[in-house]
Amino acid sequence: MTPDLLDAGAKRLAEYREKHGAEATAQSGGQAASFARVVQSNVVDIASGGILYVDEVTVSFDGFRALNKLSLDIRVGELRCIIGPNGAGKTTMMDVITGKTKPDSGKAFFGSNIDLLRLRESEIAERGIGRKFQKPTVFEHLSVFENLELAAKTDRRVRRTMFAKLTASELDQLHSTMKLIQLAQESARVAGNLSHGQKQWLEIGMLLMQKPQLLLLDEPVAGMTDEETERTAELFLSLEGKHSLVVVEHDMKFIGELVNGGQREKKKIVTVLHEGSVLAEGSLADVQSNDRVIEVYLGR
Amino acid sequence: MTINTSSTLSQTRSLLSPMVRWGLLLSLAFLFGVIPFLPDFYVTLIGKIMCFAICALAMDLIWGYTGILSLGHGLFFALGGYAMGMYLMRQIGRDGVYKSDLPDFMVFLDWKELPWHWTGSEHFLWALLLMVAAPGVLAFVFGYFAFRSRIKGVYFSIITQALTFAAMLLFFRNETGFGGNNGFTDFKRIVDIPIATPSMRISLCILSGLVLIAFYLIARYLVQSKYGRVLQAIRDAESRVLFTGYNTLWYKLSIWTISAMMCGVAGALYVPQVGIINPSEMSPAASIEIAIWAAVGGRATLIGPILGAFFVNGAKSWFTVAFPEFWLYFLGALFILVTLFLPQGIIGLIRKRSPKSAPNIEGNAPTPPAAAAAANANQHAQGSQA
Repeated sequence: MTPDLLDAGAKRLAEYREKHGAEATAQSGGQAASFARVVQSNVVDIASGGILYVDEVTVSFDGFRALNKLSLDIRVGELRCIIGPNGAGKTTMMDVITGKTKPDSGKAFFGSNIDLLRLRESEIAERGIGRKFQKPTVFEHLSVFENLELAAKTDRRVRRTMFAKLTASELDQLHSTMKLIQLAQESARVAGNLSHGQKQWLEIGMLLMQKPQLLLLDEPVAGMTDEETERTAELFLSLEGKHSLVVVEHDMKFIGELVNGGQREKKKIVTVLHEGSVLAEGSLADVQSNDRVIEVYLGR
Repeated sequence: MTINTSSTLSQTRSLLSPMVRWGLLLSLAFLFGVIPFLPDFYVTLIGKIMCFAICALAMDLIWGYTGILSLGHGLFFALGGYAMGMYLMRQIGRDGVYKSDLPDFMVFLDWKELPWHWTGSEHFLWALLLMVAAPGVLAFVFGYFAFRSRIKGVYFSIITQALTFAAMLLFFRNETGFGGNNGFTDFKRIVDIPIATPSMRISLCILSGLVLIAFYLIARYLVQSKYGRVLQAIRDAESRVLFTGYNTLWYKLSIWTISAMMCGVAGALYVPQVGIINPSEMSPAASIEIAIWAAVGGRATLIGPILGAFFVNGAKSWFTVAFPEFWLYFLGALFILVTLFLPQGIIGLIRKRSPKSAPNIEGNAPTPPAAAAAANANQHAQGSQA
């Protein structure tokens, strides 16, 4: 229980007493109900400090176990790197979290209250999980500006978008995002004409426009030049703390930059996946010196 | 970014850009200044083609902009036509061959009273409602299940083709109550005015033109709005749209239904002009032709499919007189040539000739409003930096 939550609870109690008399207490199931904290069903509850819980998730495709009792626990504000050889289940894990694939068994929760297995892709995105694909996926025939505009967090129902107008604050957010991803000069350019690295950045920018609490990034620096990779690492480190990030990557140099950069006092955890479950978890140095990890992955 | 480009951007975007304004003026001048003085044959031909152009426009919304190829739009066209046809049959009154209150084909089948689904068909307003409601409801229900099951691409096209084919078989049956394979014909009146007069022909032709213009403006508004950009985004990368938080089901379903209703209106305008509606309008070939008009004109351009409908049908009316047996070969060859060499159709050809008017890569849709705002804001940003 944090001070701001206590304040909010006290305020709600005062409002209630103003309406119902000074001594009133709310009843719920024969007991006095608490005003401390209200959990809304469609707003992620992170008071417990965790943003993502994946518990013993199993996914099989025609008998092949893509995920085998995979468990993960990501804390709020954490930057988690996930590595693993091809076929370890990294992309399947993201599919489960974002609602694309329904697992055979297990649980997946966003915060402590949102059951991800009950929601569709668009609903999960709406609740605050953004996903970047392995292959940069942007709207090729729309301009950079329009790509970002569509990603902006607004009412996404059909009737609203038919008559939607950009607000000043959305425009501000658009421009600061364009600056952040260094595409301000390209705003009117058609996304299909951007370079590969620029497309990757545009997609990251689109994710940021969604204002997600949790960002899932599937090989975000694939196909980038060294310089672009470095800039991407800087960008992610600047997001650390504001968002929770899960980065799946092959590029160990990039992982190293992420783990050793930014807020050094926080010890960052690296997770190694193998054959659909967690093989090892710990600091990068621990993981790299782990015998089994060396055997299946790093040693090869 | 120079001031020059930002001003051209904002021009291509507004709903009534100078080019659209001139186009509107010219088409209105043509409708009211030229149509009334044309021979009957051309009035009917142009009126008919304008109905087809509405179909091509509707096809462009769903195929060109949303990337969903329907091969069943002929069904929606025919349903609109049948809705109007029922009313026109009732308007015949007792002037039919059998001098009965019932339409002739029912007397022929020895039916004693109107079947339930003809209730209200004597009212013009009911016909107006039915011509959008029948295709609209069918499209909504069919689309809901198809899109919810995430049926896409060629599978969706095949199902729509099967749908129109099944409907054709149903309408061929006399028991269905729509005149079997003869359909409806021998219309006498519409809103109690004789239908086979030159002035009625001219009025209907002008009305079709006005509806076409209105639908063009609606479609233009839709594709220029944020909604239209979501549709194009669905065409380019649907999974990205989903993971951005849009429920694409409702976007696809809404444009699919709007498109079907436009076709229904086109069918309802078509039937009084040509004087007949029968199940052949639901044949798979009829639906495929609509797609060809859109492809020949140029997808995702709105004006292209309209031009395509005029070009292909103009060619058809000449060809079927000059070399009747070669028309289908010509149509097939045209489609192949366009697919291979002119992916952007006639519009792509025009834009290639005048590079100035090509707004973006593949001569695609006019740049929507947001880019101008972007360009403007960009200038501000640069100004403040300086």
